[in-house]
Amino acid sequence: MSTLKITTPSDREIAMTREFNAPRQLVWDAHTKPELVRKWLLGPPGWSMPVCNIDLRVGGSYRYEWRNDKDGTTMAMGGTYKEVKPIERIVQTEKFDDPWYEGAATGTMVLKEQGSKTILTTTVRYASQAVRDSVIKSGMTTGVEQSFDRLESTILAAGAKR
Amino acid sequence: MQSTARLDAIFAALADPTRRAILARLASGQRSVMELAQPFDMSQPAISKHLKVLERAGLISGGRDRQRRPRKLEPKPLAAATKWLERYRRLWEGNYQRLDALLEDLKEKP
Repeated sequence: MSTLKITTPSDREIAMTREFNAPRQLVWDAHTKPELVRKWLLGPPGWSMPVCNIDLRVGGSYRYEWRNDKDGTTMAMGGTYKEVKPIERIVQTEKFDDPWYEGAATGTMVLKEQGSKTILTTTVRYASQAVRDSVIKSGMTTGVEQSFDRLESTILAAGAKR
Repeated sequence: MQSTARLDAIFAALADPTRRAILARLASGQRSVMELAQPFDMSQPAISKHLKVLERAGLISGGRDRQRRPRKLEPKPLAAATKWLERYRRLWEGNYQRLDALLEDLKEKP
């Protein structure tokens, strides 16, 4: 299993890098075709993605809506595509309906092919360092923490079975 | 200091490579300002400034020896900061493990 690397490449950014054992076209499809995105971009256990609209072109918009199937809580985000370079690069604005941070964020996804594998890097750039740090901080001050705890135990349990 | 304000101070303190290097050196035991300044091409006052930032963030503390004031690492605040990153990592790792499985399915399709 490949591991996920998280870094803070500048004082306004958070970046993640992950390798996938699949050709670039498939990783691209999984990020851009709604019927595929809805299968994996779910967050903590118990959440589904009833809405996933993607209009993949410069100036086009996207919208994601998640729902906690137990208590009905919803969460949503969306934005506009700034750059679309098929199977290589997407730059998009990112805004949550109920933002816990100020200003618009910009997300950049880059796919690089390495043999039969694909390296995915996603970088989110926030309005300022204060905002970036508050995003980092938010994981500790919101109710999200509990969900993360469940996720943690699920993963640990899955790991123990191996 | 409130925990949220402290976390801001921690991340601001960790944003600087010299300060991260100082923390790494302190991980192997307490050291005086002079010892800490040695590997860096910096004056002692410059190092002291970095130490003040780290101290304010609660990442290090001065030792009992007033004369030498050796600094030591305070592991708890650092753990609080890395805890968030670890949780974020696990959340995304959950997503990406689902994506791994999906990609395997897609590869099998003609």
